[in-house]
This record gives sequence, structure tokens and C-alpha cells, in this order.
Amino acid sequence: MSLLIYIAVMAGVTYLIRMVPFTLFRRQIKSRFVRSLLYYLPYAVLSAMTIPAIFYATGDFTTAIVGTVVALVLAYFNQPLIVVALAAALAAFLTGLVL
Amino acid sequence: MRSPFVRGMVHGVPIGLGYLSVSFGIGIKAVALGLPVWGTVLISLTNLTSAGQAAGIEIIAAAGTLVEMLLTQLIINLRYALMGFSLSQKLDDRFTTSRRLLVSFGITDEVYAVAISQPGRLTPAYMLGMILPSWVGWGAGTLLGAVAGNLLPAAVTAAMGLVLYGMFLAIIIPPARKDSRVLLVVLLAAAFSVVCKYALPFISGGFAVIISALLASLVGALFFPVAEEVEA
Repeated sequence: MSLLIYIAVMAGVTYLIRMVPFTLFRRQIKSRFVRSLLYYLPYAVLSAMTIPAIFYATGDFTTAIVGTVVALVLAYFNQPLIVVALAAALAAFLTGLVL
Repeated sequence: MRSPFVRGMVHGVPIGLGYLSVSFGIGIKAVALGLPVWGTVLISLTNLTSAGQAAGIEIIAAAGTLVEMLLTQLIINLRYALMGFSLSQKLDDRFTTSRRLLVSFGITDEVYAVAISQPGRLTPAYMLGMILPSWVGWGAGTLLGAVAGNLLPAAVTAAMGLVLYGMFLAIIIPPARKDSRVLLVVLLAAAFSVVCKYALPFISGGFAVIISALLASLVGALFFPVAEEVEA
């Protein structure tokens, strides 16, 4: 099958998922329950995507755990995204050298 | 006073730099699975999503069906619908339909997290300023990974696997530290995700994320509803 058809389906579905609620939904939600759900959901999604996947991200538990701890500590002290992300990778890399 | 577009760029450049390294990994992976460089870069420029692309590339490499592709993208990327819905509550009046059509393309986890944490309403200029560098970073990183990824030692590419998740942690930890209700929801979502992975392995990764996140957020919304005035 043509690669372009695959890409068209991928991109089309992904765009529609983003576009439909953002474009068509115009009124303010009054329900406190729904507002609360929307407030919590993004954090919950990212958390569920990260744990436990992060422990498998380097192919080695030890380096992944060291990287995770470094990321947690730096994030706790409000470091920028890029600092947290690259420091986690660097810590995992250095741990791999030592092992 | 900086213009909203410039303020958006200032927020978007760190996202773009982060994407540079994450998409580098996507580029390496796609070429390793046999995709051409042009196709790999085209996927990044038209999809702008990490998890969805990683899964999509595997389906292409395995010559999967289009239905499988459609369903996988739908499930993995469904969170963007929730994010778009959530952002729709915070838009400035300058968001006409055509501007919504344009900006919605650039809703990603990081763009969402930064945008939703801004005080007040979101303008199209601010959103476009933030999305542009993230899109450029995502495409450029993919190209670099696809072309030069094989030149890097395996230890480096393995460590790069952490970049994406490091970014996720940088997004969720600060609000969890400030708000113990967010902390509880985040911990619950992680716990549900662990249960899905080890106790219910027949649930696919994309579904596991949606189920875990929905359950955790439901607990939060039922027992710790947020105040009526969420934003200014």
C-alpha cells in the first residue's frame, strides 16, 4: 500500500480529533463536575503515559530509574521543560557509562 | 509590553528545543524500520504527535491495515480532543472559525499544558507564536534523526528515549506540588496505569492510558471538584 495513503489516514484522523472539539465547541461549560474533569484529565493522561513506560524508555531499568529520579527532582524545583528532559537523558547516559 | 505573538514564541522555543530531541528518536526509529527519510519527515510535519507517530510508524512497517491505523490513531490521540475541548473554554473572541481550524492543528501535550496554565484568555497570536517553533523543532529533529541517527552510538540513542518522559514529568510535577488534589489524581493515574500494564496486559497501551486517566480524573472530579472560577 502506498506510504502516502497511510500518512493521509494518520494525519487526517489526528487533525480531526484536535479540530472538532476546539472549533465546534463555543459555549462555556457550566457543570462544575465537567469543569473539574477537564481540569484533572491532562495531568492524568501524562501521568498514565509516563508511568510505568518511563522505566522501559532506555532499555535498561537502572539507567531509566536514575534518569527518572533526576527528572523528578529537577521538575520539583520548577526547572524548565528542556532542562528536565535533557538532564534525565544525560543522567541515564552517564549511568550507562559507569555500569 | 511584548506582543502576544512574541510572548508565545518565548514559551514555544523551549518546547521546540525539547521536541528536537524527542523527534530525533522518532526519525531514528522510522528509518530503522525501513521508512524513507521524506516519508518520515512528512509524517512529523502533518501529525505533530509523539505517541501516535511511534505507533503509526510501526503499523506502516508491518504493512498493517488502514482500519488498524485509523483506530490506533483515534485511541492514542483521543486526549487531544479533551485538551481541545478544555482549551475551547479559554479562547479570546478573536478566535474566528478559520483561526480555530489553524490553531487546533498545533495542540500537543506541551502546548496544552503551557496554554492552560496562562492567566486570562488565549489569543490566536499567542497560540500561533507558541505552535510555530514547536512545529519547526518537531520537523527538524525528525529530519536530523532520520538522516544522522545511525551515526550516533547506541548508548546515546537509548538515553534519548527518556527525553519525552522527562518533559511529561516537568509538566505534571510543578502543579502537583502546588495542588495536592492534582498530586492525588496524578498518583492514581500512575497506579491505574501500572495495574493495567502488569495485571491486565490484554488492554493495549493506548486504551490503558485512556482508562487510567479517565478513572483518576473521575475520582478527582467527584471527590475534589474545583472551584467555580478556575481561571481569571
